[in-house]
Amino acid sequence: MRGLVVEELAVRFGPRWALAHVSFEVPEGGSLLLLGHNGSGKTTLLRCLSTAIPYDHGSVRLDGRPLWQDRATLRPQVAMFGHATRLWDDLSARDNLATWAGLVGVADDLDARLARVGLADTGDRPARAFSAGMKRRLALAVMLLKRPRLALFDEPFTNLDAEGRALVSDVIDEVRAQGALTIVCTHLPDLGARHCDTALVLDDGQVAWRGAAADAPRGALP
Amino acid sequence: MTLLLEAARVARKELLIEWRHRARLVGLFFFALAILLLFAFSVPETPLLRQLAGGSLWLGILLASARSLDQSFHVELEHGALEGMVLAPVRPAAIFLGKATANAILLVSVGACLAPLVIALYDPPTRGAPWVLAALLTLGCTGLAAPGTIVAGITAQARGASHLLPMLYLPTVVPVLLAAGRATAVWFEGDPMDQADDWMLLLLAFNAIFWPLGAILFARVVEPRG
Repeated sequence: MRGLVVEELAVRFGPRWALAHVSFEVPEGGSLLLLGHNGSGKTTLLRCLSTAIPYDHGSVRLDGRPLWQDRATLRPQVAMFGHATRLWDDLSARDNLATWAGLVGVADDLDARLARVGLADTGDRPARAFSAGMKRRLALAVMLLKRPRLALFDEPFTNLDAEGRALVSDVIDEVRAQGALTIVCTHLPDLGARHCDTALVLDDGQVAWRGAAADAPRGALP
Repeated sequence: MTLLLEAARVARKELLIEWRHRARLVGLFFFALAILLLFAFSVPETPLLRQLAGGSLWLGILLASARSLDQSFHVELEHGALEGMVLAPVRPAAIFLGKATANAILLVSVGACLAPLVIALYDPPTRGAPWVLAALLTLGCTGLAAPGTIVAGITAQARGASHLLPMLYLPTVVPVLLAAGRATAVWFEGDPMDQADDWMLLLLAFNAIFWPLGAILFARVVEPRG
């Protein structure tokens, strides 16, 4: 089956279950909005789906293939734009991007990629000198080096100005148009709902609500 | 992409970071130099100091390497770059080979700067051929870099990493310190009994064990546990 299928996913940190009995599907061409309070397990779920952490129970299948077991071959198809920027502070923006391009195996016009995220004029400045928003933009450029099948956005609008938010919105639409399954986790449901068909609300590591993204609860859970 | 090409790209990145932040490299050199100077002050007898020249050089390189290894993983963990490399995905063996190679190159440069200063400060005789000292520095530094990169990778994500690293690293590399120190002492004083070859062989064997071992084990160090 094409798409992402998560069944009975559970993750434990020591004695505490960070996720339990989480099941959902993102069908071909689909996009999921992930909501929930701080500590509800959203980031843990996305880190699981990015194969950054293993799960203790359940299964995750991407286009029918087990994500964790086949992670060596599936990782090039999974991209995450999350809290960690993955940057080296001592390197310039261009050096950061060139290094990641080399490691991912992409060879193309890096200046155009910097321009795409609004950093054309600051490519030679070290990442250390960047504001939080500029670092996020550079991290977005790094994420876009992959052409993902599964694109994960964890709080993608954080630390960004209006222009930056518009850029991220464009990028989400762009990767969806390229055929990626997308999951957007945000505390801004109105903004997230513009890009997603379905929504899932997590509460204390469990699915508390699911339905159409347009109907997702904006405040307290029903 | 081949493993070696991936490793070369990781090494290039490591060296680029060091080049862009040269203060760290200079700090490393002066740290090692300070050890040599303090050691020289603490041993006022010149004949004894001459005998200790080889060991002191390697003690300086060894302690500098502990600092350099700690820094090498600190920059990776600051913004999750190490995890990013694993998920890119860069093979763990390539991450190990790249980081260890870059660490070895840094240590050889520190050693190459320190060696003439040891000769000037400790005033030992220099009876060996320069290429032998170059080979010794290379073998000794690669012998420190390989196990050091494994241990630094293991300890980097633990609490109190900067304390844990020397506790695990220094005992592991005692054979390197012993072999490199003795071989350098023999190089200074002359080698009528051909003892240097045996110490060099020991260094070679240490390298032959730890470089492949690191490439194999590094997946256990950087990959999330399943």
